[in-house]
Amino acid sequence: MTDATPKPKRKSPVARTRLPTLPPASRSRAALGLARAAAEGRFEMQACADCGAVQYPPREVCGSCLSERLDWREVANGGALIATTTLRHSNDAYFRERLPWRVGTVKMDAGPSVVAHVHEDCHEAGRVRLALKLDRSGQAVLHALPAEDTPNMNDSPQLRETHCDPKHRRVLVTDGRSTLGRAMVKALLDAGASTVFVGDPATWKADAGFDAFVASDPRIEPVALDVTDTDSVDRLAASIGAKVEILINTADHLRDGGVMNARDVGLARDAFDVNVLGLMRLAQAFGPTMCFRAADGTHGAVAWVNLLSIHALAALPARGAWSASKAAALSAALTLRAEFAGAGIRVVNVFPGPIDDEWEQLTPPPKLAPSAVAASVVRGLRDGVEDLYVGDVAEELRARLRDNHKAVERELGG
Amino acid sequence: MSRRLAYDGVVAAVPVTVPYARYSTHAAHWWLGRALAALIRESGIAKADIDGVCVSSFTLGPDTAVGLMQHLGMSPRWLDHIPMGGASGVVALRRAARAVQAGDAEVIACIAGDTNHVDSFRHTVSQFSRFAQDAVYPYGAGGPNASFALLTDHYMRQYGATREDFGKLCVAQRDNALRNPHALMRKPLTLAQYLDARPITDPIHLFDCVMPCAGAEGFLVMTEERARALKLPGVRIRSTIERHNAYPDDPIQFRGGWAMDRDALYEHAGVSPADVDFVETYDDYPVINLLQFEDLGFCAKGEAPAFVREHGFTIDGSFPFNTSGGQLSVGQAGAAGGYLGLVQALRQLTNAAGDMQVADARIGLVSGFGMINYDRGLCSGAALLERGTA
Repeated sequence: MTDATPKPKRKSPVARTRLPTLPPASRSRAALGLARAAAEGRFEMQACADCGAVQYPPREVCGSCLSERLDWREVANGGALIATTTLRHSNDAYFRERLPWRVGTVKMDAGPSVVAHVHEDCHEAGRVRLALKLDRSGQAVLHALPAEDTPNMNDSPQLRETHCDPKHRRVLVTDGRSTLGRAMVKALLDAGASTVFVGDPATWKADAGFDAFVASDPRIEPVALDVTDTDSVDRLAASIGAKVEILINTADHLRDGGVMNARDVGLARDAFDVNVLGLMRLAQAFGPTMCFRAADGTHGAVAWVNLLSIHALAALPARGAWSASKAAALSAALTLRAEFAGAGIRVVNVFPGPIDDEWEQLTPPPKLAPSAVAASVVRGLRDGVEDLYVGDVAEELRARLRDNHKAVERELGG
Repeated sequence: MSRRLAYDGVVAAVPVTVPYARYSTHAAHWWLGRALAALIRESGIAKADIDGVCVSSFTLGPDTAVGLMQHLGMSPRWLDHIPMGGASGVVALRRAARAVQAGDAEVIACIAGDTNHVDSFRHTVSQFSRFAQDAVYPYGAGGPNASFALLTDHYMRQYGATREDFGKLCVAQRDNALRNPHALMRKPLTLAQYLDARPITDPIHLFDCVMPCAGAEGFLVMTEERARALKLPGVRIRSTIERHNAYPDDPIQFRGGWAMDRDALYEHAGVSPADVDFVETYDDYPVINLLQFEDLGFCAKGEAPAFVREHGFTIDGSFPFNTSGGQLSVGQAGAAGGYLGLVQALRQLTNAAGDMQVADARIGLVSGFGMINYDRGLCSGAALLERGTA
């Protein structure tokens, strides 16, 4: 049974901060198919479209019949652990800092034998489940997990290297006044976050409901934060930047209005100021400190979450300016992901469908309860995914985009 | 099998070793060049008269055997580059023997060597193969220690081998190494020291691991006639085998390609395991020795632990084995590790083994094993060698 990870002790301010190192990141292009599945928490392997043989490690042609038609498919993830070892030595700096480290050979029910990281609760020569997880270098790796869930299993040190669990971590929610922001704060507190800094973009505007919410839990710390104001962002980073281990950017500016069918670009400028430039201001102010603290003790900085929208991928003409800002935010987020890669900080992009709040009043159902979106984000952090499509509308739009993106253009415009 | 020609009229000769060093500031070219120079010096054959070369090296990059020829000023009419790690020696021998038999070359120099810089082992391991890069190295970067630990763990569980069994072989090899002036490890090793050594990658402990080092090995292949004319004692090749990626459906390696081909090996040679006077295996980890005892017919599958308990493995033991001390006590000089057993066997069969000489050695078995490309060693080979008459 895994021991629950204790809350980190207060760190001596003169102690050296351990700098981030990364596990080996080189992969062949074919092997990156594993990353696509792991990024969304799926378990997929290459399978031959002609003879059906499941392939591992990923290949260019089928190792059985030499067909070049290798697809990625969800395959059975069960198997038998037939050999294990505990490494007490490694050639790699990242692993040297994390020894001992358990690995093993799993004979999969689907066919291949795989080398995998092995969870401490797996029994020698027993049954295991395999999961594809992203490691700190952002690459997919196989983890053998016990056949049935065990207490605190997500707290095992090896598994902790793949996820961004908010438990015992300090989190900044950039806009806590919105319905979604509040739901996010609540979900984080329920998940065991030690502190949630709640951004207040309008301290000048009294809001008894918000004040009551902030007073409802001693772990909530309200902070003034206007993401459209560089000084505001910088002031907050100077004050709490070294305490933020997860940053969740909930700030949004959702308004109706198109591109040609708008009186001027005022609305678009406001949307871009919050959704794109706001993201950049936050990244510039908080990002470097988070990078520095990415391997700081057991609960270093781990994740940056962007609340985007499925319409970052498919413009909604009725909200054309806003859609454009979400698409631009996605692009900026992909650059941010590349910039954070060297520190091993995960950038999680969340693509919800319409959320049931005041700005979506006229949107017909189905709409997502803010608490459902928040729960999904927490689950994503615990599972260690990096792309999160939330709700039926998002899932459906994504499937339609894959099927025929030209149809989506025409249908959303109609 | 009957179609396979005998290796009539061809011999291997002139075993040479460039003394190993733990670390070297030289490049692989230096080690290989020294091996070639030693072959020329000890055979008395002019450099220009060596018209075939066979090369194995991990650290020669970006050069291949071709670049090495310009580096060494050679103009061979037959050239091979064998990247098969621990199977390189046996494979070089059988390729070269056929080339000489067919008249494609008169005298072939087979050389293997590698340098070892302070950080070159890490580079070799991290870029060993595509499958290793994609599916092994990211899992703890334990290198071959981790891969062999998994095979060892499985073998111990399946067949009841104990650390004492592995230890007995390691201690015997160390005894043999004490008589080998080229061995890097020249301090006696006791079973207690072996058992008390620190764990590296369970169940692999310190003395189960070979030590990477720099070094080179070489030998010549030529016609029997030529050897006789030069008064060089030659060793006959009774038979050889090689196999790659054997038993791909085994979920984990518990046997090597030898098991597929050993009947052909003995049949072609017309000898049986009982006729073998000494055995030189590829011993990067002790468990692989046990696999070779089984797969080469000295005992049945799963019975190697009992075989080890029954026999003595020193030079004057009941089963003279890895008489140089093997890689476990001499050191693993990269691809030269794949030549170590073969070069030692040539010494045994030409009375050049000095203090390591096995009395009345007439037939020797050499086996090779190489290339953990993903989860198992892919290349296997073996040769039955016989003392020449000249």
